[in-house]
Amino acid sequence: MRFELDDDQRDFAAALESLLSAADPVGAARAWAEDDHGPGLKLWARLADLGVTSLATDATPVEVCLAFEALGRHAVPGPWVESAAYLPVALGREVDGVATVALPPHVPYALDADVADRVYVGSSPATSVGERVGSVDRTRHLFPVSGDGEVHEEAFDLAVLATAAQLLGAGERILADSVTYVQQRKQFGREIGSYQAIKHALADVRIALDFARPLVLGAALGEVPASAAKVSAGDAAYLASRTGLQVHGAIGYTQEFDLSIWLTKVRALVTAWGTPAYHRGRVLAGLL
Amino acid sequence: MDLTLSESELAFQAEAREWLAANVPGEPLPSMDTAEGFLAHQAWERKLADARWSVVSWPEAHHGREASLVEWVVFEEEYYRAGAPGRVSQNGIFLLSPILFDHGTPDQQDRFLPSMATGEQVWAQCWSEPEAGSDLASLRSTARRDDERGGWVLNGQKTWSSRATFAHWGFGLFRSDPEAQRHHGLTYFLFPLDADGITVRPIAQLDGEAGFAEIFFEDVFVPDADVLGAPGDGWRVAMSTAGNERGLSLRSPGRFCAAADRLVDLYRERPDPAFRDGVVDAWLGAQAYRLYTWGTVTRLAGGGDMGAAGSVNKVFWSELDVALHETALDLLGPEAEVGSRWLDGYTFSLSGPIYAGTNEVQRNIVAERILGLPREVRG
Ligand SMILES: Cc1cc2nc3c(=O)[nH]c(=O)nc-3n(C[C@H](O)[C@H](O)[C@H](O)COP(=O)(O)OP(=O)(O)OC[C@H]3O[C@@H](n4cnc5c(N)ncnc54)[C@H](O)[C@@H]3O)c2cc1C
Repeated sequence: MRFELDDDQRDFAAALESLLSAADPVGAARAWAEDDHGPGLKLWARLADLGVTSLATDATPVEVCLAFEALGRHAVPGPWVESAAYLPVALGREVDGVATVALPPHVPYALDADVADRVYVGSSPATSVGERVGSVDRTRHLFPVSGDGEVHEEAFDLAVLATAAQLLGAGERILADSVTYVQQRKQFGREIGSYQAIKHALADVRIALDFARPLVLGAALGEVPASAAKVSAGDAAYLASRTGLQVHGAIGYTQEFDLSIWLTKVRALVTAWGTPAYHRGRVLAGLL
Repeated sequence: MDLTLSESELAFQAEAREWLAANVPGEPLPSMDTAEGFLAHQAWERKLADARWSVVSWPEAHHGREASLVEWVVFEEEYYRAGAPGRVSQNGIFLLSPILFDHGTPDQQDRFLPSMATGEQVWAQCWSEPEAGSDLASLRSTARRDDERGGWVLNGQKTWSSRATFAHWGFGLFRSDPEAQRHHGLTYFLFPLDADGITVRPIAQLDGEAGFAEIFFEDVFVPDADVLGAPGDGWRVAMSTAGNERGLSLRSPGRFCAAADRLVDLYRERPDPAFRDGVVDAWLGAQAYRLYTWGTVTRLAGGGDMGAAGSVNKVFWSELDVALHETALDLLGPEAEVGSRWLDGYTFSLSGPIYAGTNEVQRNIVAERILGLPREVRG
């Protein structure tokens, strides 16, 4: 019995963290939103070098979770869930380059099909790619596609888990940035972080994230379904985003302030790869 | 990462499961907060103790099995899955005993642990006072030195003391240095609740039962032998129980997992989709708590301590417990108001966010000690 990362896993997470902290992923995300994919693809290549694209085939779901939590924490743009979680399992091999996939009805659009080398519907190449649709998350460029590939269940679960881990990372980031902000911002002559309304709201976020994490890692170990991780991480990250925005006030409501990147990403990911209602239904079906 | 149990843990689990299946009463015992129910629960504790299941983590010399933390969690899971009775001896075995092991004299350990393990002596925690609730350090009950008799004389009032209506002994904090402020100058005392000068007045709780009591002290003599830890050091000694109460030992995951499973059964009987989310969220919460606890156990086994994480824990389980029972009542529809195990569980769950440090106080702790936000302004 040992429910804790081992040294190799910690080292891997630390390596990812130091790469991403130094790489300006926010700059890459902003450029990506404006259709400048250069910085994002450069980051993609560096993460692929570190092994992120081969985790689904060569490592365990725990490593996949660690990687996606880091991607979420740093708001790394691109079809990562598609290329590094779903497709490798569905196709039975690591994806070479950037690929994307749609699985209607739960994944109705192919994310970033414009930059992808290959676009799939299920496990088959898409027969056509339609006109781009905008997402609440400006870094997510969505494309309707046609094709008749089937859903690969195991691949879908890994994608769901990866999305949950990304939500966890995004939630942690919003909390950390909010805690920093409320210690700097003063109103009525004192830090807003000294007001109990603010302290309690942020404490609730801490608690929600602390209890979402074991479901994410527990799902990675097969103790609970991936849907459990997605519901719980989605709820916790969403609470983080609502609270994070509220404690920032108007500055948090601007596109220019970086918080917006995570607020919009969380909103998008909450319903990506299966809505909370869908996943709750799946959890219940497994229990009855 | 590895969530599997070892061979010996599995054997322990199987033994516990088998014993519980053969011995857990078929009918629920009457409430432990009635005279009859209290005796029935004591008898159950005796039965547990005779088979060495009452205090599995204690040393063998004291009725225990020297169970590891992992085994303790496993035992609790089996215990609640089997639908076994609530623990009338909880205050003693979970809250006081860790302190007796750490701070008690060998004489105190010999005098108190055996009868605690068998349920023969039931203990009550006497911390709160009418004017000292969340702000426990403002307590006013006093201890006056009596050199002649070699002990202390207690005066004052304690309240909200669970089980005190029928319990035999109490443990509590008293101000032994009238000059000292707040956390200083407090001493931890052990006293029989039938001592001269003690009056116990039962208080009916929301459900009408005398689940707690107020206790009046009028010149109650306590010998030095019944001081726990050093005089004046009571706060530090007591705070080692506070961590236990909020953290692992008060609410092991077993009870929430068992309740969540029963909730799923209830939904199967009354599948009302309007409350589907509540059922799923209760089950997810119980699983999250179970897995979180394995993380805590791993950390503690590696030499870490509970720290302020106990506060994260306490808010989570107490809110989970309320939400779980609310959902059960939702599913029961118009039957919800009629007496049932769910209704009892619901009423009890409502006190969870209050006792063991209110959830507001816990959120302050999370914000200050974990997030690093500024401390509360004090009056
Ligand atoms: C079922 C039950 C069993 C109990 N058993 C025991 C027992 O065995 N032994 C024992 O000693 N005590 C026991 N208690 C008492 C319990 O410890 C106290 O109720 C608790 O510490 C709160 O104190 P209080 O009731 O005086 O409320 P108060 O401290 O007066 O609080 C009232 C409200 O004010 C809020 N509040 C207070 N301070 C702050 C603050 N700084 N910031 C924000 N909000 C604040 C509280 O959160 C609460 O919502 C029990 C209570 C219950 C309900």
